[in-house]
Amino acid sequence: MTRATYPRAPALPALVTVLIVLAVAFLVLPTLALLVRTPWGRLGSLLAEPRLFDALRLSLVTSVAALVLSTVLGVPLAWALARARFRGRSLLRALCVLPMVLPPVVGGVGLLAAFGRRGIVGEPLATVAGVTIPFSSVAVVLAATFVAMPFLVVTVEAGFRSVDGRYEEAAATLGATRWTLLRRVTLPLLRPSLVAGMALAWARALGEFGATITFAGNLPGRTQTVPLAVYLELERDPDAALLLSAVLLAVSVVVLVLLRDRYLGVAGARRPEANP
Amino acid sequence: MRRTGALALAVLAGCAGAPAAPSGGVQGEVTVSAAASLAEVFAEVAADLERQHEGLTVRLNVAGSPTLVAQVAGGAPVDVLATAAVAPMDRAIATGRVDAGDVVSFAVNRLVIAVEVGNPRGVRDLRDLARDDLVVVVADPAVPAGALAEQVLDAAGVTLRPASLEVDVRAALGKVALGEADAALVFATDVGAGRGRVDAVPIDGVDAVTTYQIAVLTDAPNPTAAAAFVAVLLGEVGAAHLDAAGFGSVEEAGP
Repeated sequence: MTRATYPRAPALPALVTVLIVLAVAFLVLPTLALLVRTPWGRLGSLLAEPRLFDALRLSLVTSVAALVLSTVLGVPLAWALARARFRGRSLLRALCVLPMVLPPVVGGVGLLAAFGRRGIVGEPLATVAGVTIPFSSVAVVLAATFVAMPFLVVTVEAGFRSVDGRYEEAAATLGATRWTLLRRVTLPLLRPSLVAGMALAWARALGEFGATITFAGNLPGRTQTVPLAVYLELERDPDAALLLSAVLLAVSVVVLVLLRDRYLGVAGARRPEANP
Repeated sequence: MRRTGALALAVLAGCAGAPAAPSGGVQGEVTVSAAASLAEVFAEVAADLERQHEGLTVRLNVAGSPTLVAQVAGGAPVDVLATAAVAPMDRAIATGRVDAGDVVSFAVNRLVIAVEVGNPRGVRDLRDLARDDLVVVVADPAVPAGALAEQVLDAAGVTLRPASLEVDVRAALGKVALGEADAALVFATDVGAGRGRVDAVPIDGVDAVTTYQIAVLTDAPNPTAAAAFVAVLLGEVGAAHLDAAGFGSVEEAGP
């Protein structure tokens, strides 16, 4: 029994191939060059330095916190933007996605204007509760969430739109409660978009610099994340800057690759068959 | 034969008469890398120079001194380098693109305590900066203002727990101007950039001065214009601008 074979797709036009190669080269070359130039031999001694280790630890902790916050707040918002019908929905979507377009430093200034000591929310908070947010680790998380959440919202909103509403209707007619509906039908169908959105948001939070340095400041151990440490280290000890960047890169790649193998994919796509 | 000889002589004379340099005057583009605190003064000097020489464009590249030196080390096509301290210029000399003999000290700057206008928190001296109820920011020690601040605090025996180590002195000033910080250690000349939202509290009893240095790079793309810029800066016009901004002269700082 022969398997049906399909005619091979025509080869890509030469121009398109060239463009693809250029695109890949442009995107990949800086990363490769960074890894080639990194003085890996000094890795051990450099990680032993508390400052650099602190930066790594802070980056990981704050980026994960920002991810959690982005997910908890972002998924309901994405649902509302995708499913709920209300006036001003387009405007709301534009406003929620705005942080993606804003220059990060401008975002930082905005965060100060809102939550700083003289901020709209920050000032009452300081006078009544004695709580100031700038220059704290919380501020780092807030800055990262501000820039990262829109990525999750946009991706998950698209995911909600692509989920076939009929599955949910069928489950509802079969007697599923809203909680069961969410847990057993909607979220599993949403999983690829959700994970993709979370990966994007986490990566963005990890790399945040402008809003962090403006809103949270820069203090080793409390607010100095890896991007900030790299910037300052470039002037002091370029080797350390390279190593720090490479370590962060390695961590990101590992997580993203792990996610990709199991979860990332087009929404609704089936798992590839075992046979070739 | 005679005509050919005369022609040859005329050509030779023409060649000898042509200027050896590509352009006789000051023109084209000149790139000046200047430390953050020099931004305004150098903009004024650049404007003066451009007025004097039509066809000249001065490009100011402003950043913290260590960043400027890193750029020079990386081969950036810069004509002039001006740093806010001696140490960064020494590092530039080490790159081989600056000759020690070309370096000129042209101004000094004094460190002061910047506070909100009216000094609402009542900061009187360096010791007050150690107060628990104050939010104090300084520039990161990697930057001249930050290094000087560290030195000065050390000499005064004050242990500061800053809320943030800003990437350059203007960022530190900005935090005070925005009301996010109560005090910052900045240069006297930076206080003017606070536009009326910042007051300066002088630092007494401790040497709190940094020396600015300038040099034309050995491989400057436009050495004529570069030399002209330096000449204006070191001349009367430049001195007037520096003085008006609050810079001190090298002589008054002492040895």
